[in-house]
Amino acid sequence: MVDLTQTFDVLIAGGGNAALCAAITARRAGATVVVAEHAPKSMRGGNSRHTRNVRSLHHGPTGVLTDSYLEEEYWDDLRRVTAGKTDEPLARMCIRASEEAPKFLESCGVVFQPSLSGTLSLSRTNAFFLGGGKALINALYRTAEALGITILYDTEVQHIEVKDGFATKAIVSHRGFPARIKFKAFIASAGGFQANREWLRKYWGDAADNFQIRGTPYAQGRILKDMLASGVQEVGDPTQFHAVANDARAPMEDGGLAMRLDCVPFSVVVNRDVERFYDEGEDVWPKRYAIWGRLIAQQPDQVAFAINDSKAQHNYLPPVFAPYEAGSIAELAGMIGLDAGKLEKVVADYNAAVQPGTFSAQTLDDCRTEGLTPPKSHWARRIDTPPYYCHPLRPGITFTFLSVKVNDRARVMMADGTPSANMFASGEIMSGNILGQGYLAGFGMAIGTVFGRIAGEEAAKLVRN
Amino acid sequence: MATESATVAEARRQMEICNACRYCEGYCAVFPAMAMRRSFTEGDLTHLANLCHGCKGCYHACQYAPPHAFGINIPATFAELRNESYAAHAWPAPLGAVFERNGTIVSLFAALGVALALILTVALQDPAVLWSAQRGVGAFFRVIPHWLMISLGLLTFGFAIVALAMGARSYWRATGGGGGAFAPAPAAEAVVDIAIMRNLGGGGHGCNDLDEGFSTRRRWLHQALMYGFLLCFAATCTGTIYHYFLSWKSPHAFLSLPVQFGFWGGVLMMIGTAGLAHVKIITDPGPVSRKVMGGEFAILGLLFLIAATGLLLLAVRHTGAMGLMLAIHLGLVFAFFLVLPYSKMVHGLYRGIALLRNAQEKRRAVAV
Repeated sequence: MVDLTQTFDVLIAGGGNAALCAAITARRAGATVVVAEHAPKSMRGGNSRHTRNVRSLHHGPTGVLTDSYLEEEYWDDLRRVTAGKTDEPLARMCIRASEEAPKFLESCGVVFQPSLSGTLSLSRTNAFFLGGGKALINALYRTAEALGITILYDTEVQHIEVKDGFATKAIVSHRGFPARIKFKAFIASAGGFQANREWLRKYWGDAADNFQIRGTPYAQGRILKDMLASGVQEVGDPTQFHAVANDARAPMEDGGLAMRLDCVPFSVVVNRDVERFYDEGEDVWPKRYAIWGRLIAQQPDQVAFAINDSKAQHNYLPPVFAPYEAGSIAELAGMIGLDAGKLEKVVADYNAAVQPGTFSAQTLDDCRTEGLTPPKSHWARRIDTPPYYCHPLRPGITFTFLSVKVNDRARVMMADGTPSANMFASGEIMSGNILGQGYLAGFGMAIGTVFGRIAGEEAAKLVRN
Repeated sequence: MATESATVAEARRQMEICNACRYCEGYCAVFPAMAMRRSFTEGDLTHLANLCHGCKGCYHACQYAPPHAFGINIPATFAELRNESYAAHAWPAPLGAVFERNGTIVSLFAALGVALALILTVALQDPAVLWSAQRGVGAFFRVIPHWLMISLGLLTFGFAIVALAMGARSYWRATGGGGGAFAPAPAAEAVVDIAIMRNLGGGGHGCNDLDEGFSTRRRWLHQALMYGFLLCFAATCTGTIYHYFLSWKSPHAFLSLPVQFGFWGGVLMMIGTAGLAHVKIITDPGPVSRKVMGGEFAILGLLFLIAATGLLLLAVRHTGAMGLMLAIHLGLVFAFFLVLPYSKMVHGLYRGIALLRNAQEKRRAVAV
């Protein structure tokens, strides 16, 4: 049994990459550390369990990263996806510090690998964890245990008592029992609120019932809400989230990466009313996959259907769930409950608008439509070779953007603009400071590692003084 | 074609999830081989299962491992599929049923082998050879006559070779056949893969032998067992050459080649078998199939006993205990030859074929 009557130097709420980077850094700096992970051991690690890589600045080829990826390009990529909704000094600091992230993670036992197949060709910008995020999490926990960090599973931090920006103690549920944890510094690394459907309903109404939560079901946002209610400054649009096109048949929670579908550029996509609603071939999929979750979320019943034919089957990664398959468009419509006449007309109109071109799956080819609204700008081929296929789509939410405000030392900012005396934050719970919208693959892990380390370092420095 | 087993269907379900995820591609040969396919026939799954070395890296790294609803557990599922493939390709076919209760049958054969050897010795020779010291040239044959030792050895080992060859032929056809003309490069790659146990490297840092931490313990122990086994085989071969071509009769001096091969081979086999059994006992049971464990422990036990009795025989060969020890040792060896095609030992054969096919496939994939 863990002695919860003692006063720990540092309490960390959360159990993902950001939490453990903070815990390990603080412990290495000499602090006594307790990590409160809401999930049981088998499901530990938050969304980090589902991740695969970390985006890392580098000046030249490293063991696993090719070529170079410098600050200006990294910043440019970030500015583009966020459309300026970011904090430039904080973002640039994070980008610069991301250079050290792979080395730090390696020091914690994480193993990297060169990227191979099906990875959106990210080997220049992103360092891949061998085995993925769960292997990373396993390595971090082993390191944490070896360092003597106290790890509490099935332990949810429910409330932090805050007086004038100073956190005094935590009310937790520890293996189902109410408990208090005393500490000198607090680090919030407990993620967003994307798995809290009630909270999502506040902004999205009944549509929230149709959102699939891609990652951990433990991202309930309890500490986020609690801190904001205790006078911590908020940042980021509370109504917004990052979402991708998931298979509509995926589990409602924790389906992870394998539920995403990359068939959109090689299909036409219609909504429940059998209407196309966006250019499926606007750009290469790595640059567009992140907008399709939002697009589908805005459709009636939050559902869409990607229709293609036998020609397209080998252009995208094999899906987990087999597509609906039929000998005719009308039969396919019947299987998925769409109006057959309407779907035949959509496909016929599309086929008539397809211009001759040379198809190339990996590049922006010249296969496009003419006179169709919305157009399909690339990879437009006639859908005319049975069998015909349909992948049903739903929005899969990755994380929410609402965050606690932090400064460049990961210190939580109070609503009055003063830094908290002893509260820090790292990971998704503060990523909205930098990511106001959009996403860059592997940037969440960069933020988690960079701010986790800073938070751990600052918390340890604070308690030593 | 008979209807597919539940294990095949389960392996396909899991591979279809893995093929959409692919996080494990850096661990071993299975996942790149999987990624070359979009759908999985029974033959494909048999091939992938036999390509799997059971390192458990993919299980501990899996975001979909139990208690996740998807319940992905490739090491356990593939272990069961391998066992089914051993049964499916056993020759003669009815003996495939032996894999149902492999632990029991292997153990039973070992016991029967020892009993039979003792009974035969007593029946054919003066029972006193079992406890009176035999010395000098031909000492062993005064316990078990030379003609009997050789004919039993040739019969049992010859049968094993034929049965294994028939199994290999059936397996090769069922998992795809063809593969084009023999090419030296893939064959050489497969041999190196076996020699260094590349796929027990986990991509460089080792396997999840016990839990989510990495180690190379199982790789080293398996190497000890495999090379120990091969050294013992070399001992038999050199002994045969000595006997028939050089007319140097046993018992040979301790520093002679047959005894040196046998001694070090036996030591390595004992270390390997005992170590592997220990790993099996203390490992995290999550990615382990309980169904196949009996057969695995039985063959490890049998190999351990063969090595141990061989070494004991060497130790007591000038004493009155030699006769008994020789009969026990040979009984175990002949039993081993007989159950060889119906035991976990066949994994070496099918794994080898799977590695060869994989080496061929990789080259075809590059050539396309």
